[in-house]
Amino acid sequence: MDLAQVEHLSRLARLGLSPEELQTLLGQLTAIVAAVDKLQEADVSSVDPTAQVGGLYDVMRADEVAPSLEAEQALANAPRKEAGLLRVPAIQ
Amino acid sequence: MAELEPVIGLEVHAQLLTKSKMFCGCRAEYLGLPPNSNTCPTCLGLPGALPVINRAAVEMTIRTALALACRIPEFSKFDRKNYFYPDLPKGYQISQFDLPLSLAGQLEFEVDGQRRACGITRVHLEEDAGTLHHAGEIHTSNFSLVDLNRAGVPLMEVVGEPDLRSPREAPQYLRALRQLLIYLGVNDGNMEQGSLRCDANVSLRPRGQREMGVKVEVKNMNSFRSLEAALTYEVGRQTDLIQRGMTIVQETRGWSELEQATVSQRGKEEAQDYRYFPEPDLPPLKVGRELVEQLKAGLPEPPMRLRDRLLDQYEISAEQVLVLTERPQDAAYFEAVVAAGAPPRAAANWQAGPLQALCKAARVEVERCSISAGELADLVRMVEAGEVSGSTARELLAEAFESGASPAALVTERGLAQVSDAAQMDAWVDDALRQLPKAAADFQAGAERALGPLVGAIRKASGNRANPDLAARLLRERLARPGE
Ligand SMILES: [Zn+2]
Repeated sequence: MDLAQVEHLSRLARLGLSPEELQTLLGQLTAIVAAVDKLQEADVSSVDPTAQVGGLYDVMRADEVAPSLEAEQALANAPRKEAGLLRVPAIQ
Repeated sequence: MAELEPVIGLEVHAQLLTKSKMFCGCRAEYLGLPPNSNTCPTCLGLPGALPVINRAAVEMTIRTALALACRIPEFSKFDRKNYFYPDLPKGYQISQFDLPLSLAGQLEFEVDGQRRACGITRVHLEEDAGTLHHAGEIHTSNFSLVDLNRAGVPLMEVVGEPDLRSPREAPQYLRALRQLLIYLGVNDGNMEQGSLRCDANVSLRPRGQREMGVKVEVKNMNSFRSLEAALTYEVGRQTDLIQRGMTIVQETRGWSELEQATVSQRGKEEAQDYRYFPEPDLPPLKVGRELVEQLKAGLPEPPMRLRDRLLDQYEISAEQVLVLTERPQDAAYFEAVVAAGAPPRAAANWQAGPLQALCKAARVEVERCSISAGELADLVRMVEAGEVSGSTARELLAEAFESGASPAALVTERGLAQVSDAAQMDAWVDDALRQLPKAAADFQAGAERALGPLVGAIRKASGNRANPDLAARLLRERLARPGE
């Protein structure tokens, strides 16, 4: 890990971090990635790629409409709203 | 410098015509609903809510993939595509990354009467985002308004190979794909309302070179016309840059209808790192071979093959076939009219002409209009047999279209059947010759066009019921010129 990568990640996560916080995270993330890197040492040549270990497959539902929330319920916890819509800062 | 060759690939997003959303029971039809009235904990991304896959969406995607001759792997899964945008409530879109529902197919389309094929990389399934409304100018307003009615609507993505070689091919590819989706009944093909959307990847390379140039993604094209205009502009822009020795920047550009130009969106959407990972809330899919076979068996005749067959089977023109295969229901109606005894060419003329005009004006599909295929066949047969005049038939068709009556029954009811009775025809011919002696003399003197007014007089006297061909023949006999 280097500082540029941590800055890139913080941008993707939309986190505004101070230079000190970035430095702290650089140290922590480097240690975490190093720990995860240990996994690379395991021999997985005989193991199928696995996305889930729950053992479930094909869990699907019929295409049927179920009641939705009322608009007031859906917006109940929204900090800002306007004319039934969620009001958010514009993307710059 | 070697001639530059455009390399174009299209990514098409199609909302599926399911009843409910991709992972919850909210309605998939969201247009016209009050804002934020079509949501639930799942599509709002509330903590603890779990998605469940809509079986119909999976089947529609597999049907589309099969119609595009794709391979359906036995194992497929969903992944999270992570990015932040206000129309994406969960902070990620459920999509498919490395194990999509289908791979490696192709789409046939036509350009200037020539058949071309374009590779299909994959067809996969994901969910749509909500919609953003901007107060005032998008660039100056400091807030946006979010409606999540559309969030979670099933979205199928058809990724095309970069096999297109000119901006002109792109709308033709898209037309063929759109028609196929309509045939399959999986999408309504409405580009204006955004239920069918198209992005393009565009690059240039010297003709003959294998490796690709720097790729630019072009977005925001919501019609066939704007797709071709945007690609023409973008190819021109890149050509100009290369010829001036400058480099192409890999970026996303949006088509601006106002400026008729592609505009860089770099500032707004920087190159993204989506950090895909397997969706932990959705167990993977094992797509059974029986299901694939069953879906394959239920596929409709694809438009291209249907056109070939109609052209082969009936004596109708290529233009007529094109009109009659706009939708599968049009072709089915036509074949029903022919099966009910109407001659194909006349049936095609009547369906694509007067009947389609009536349907368009009334905004109704031909298979739902009040004229059944059997009724149109009866009318067409009567016209062809000379039992009723074309103009009378047209009027009756319009009237029956409104009232729901049978046009052929109206002919009998109103006594509008064309008269071919010899004695009656002779009487009308006598009258016409008496009324227009000058026209009669002119015709006998060799003026062919003098026959017109005489036939007209008979038509008038008969209240439009006299068989005009028979009238003309009788007049010719009566006015037989010497030596004929
Ligand atoms: Zn929902």
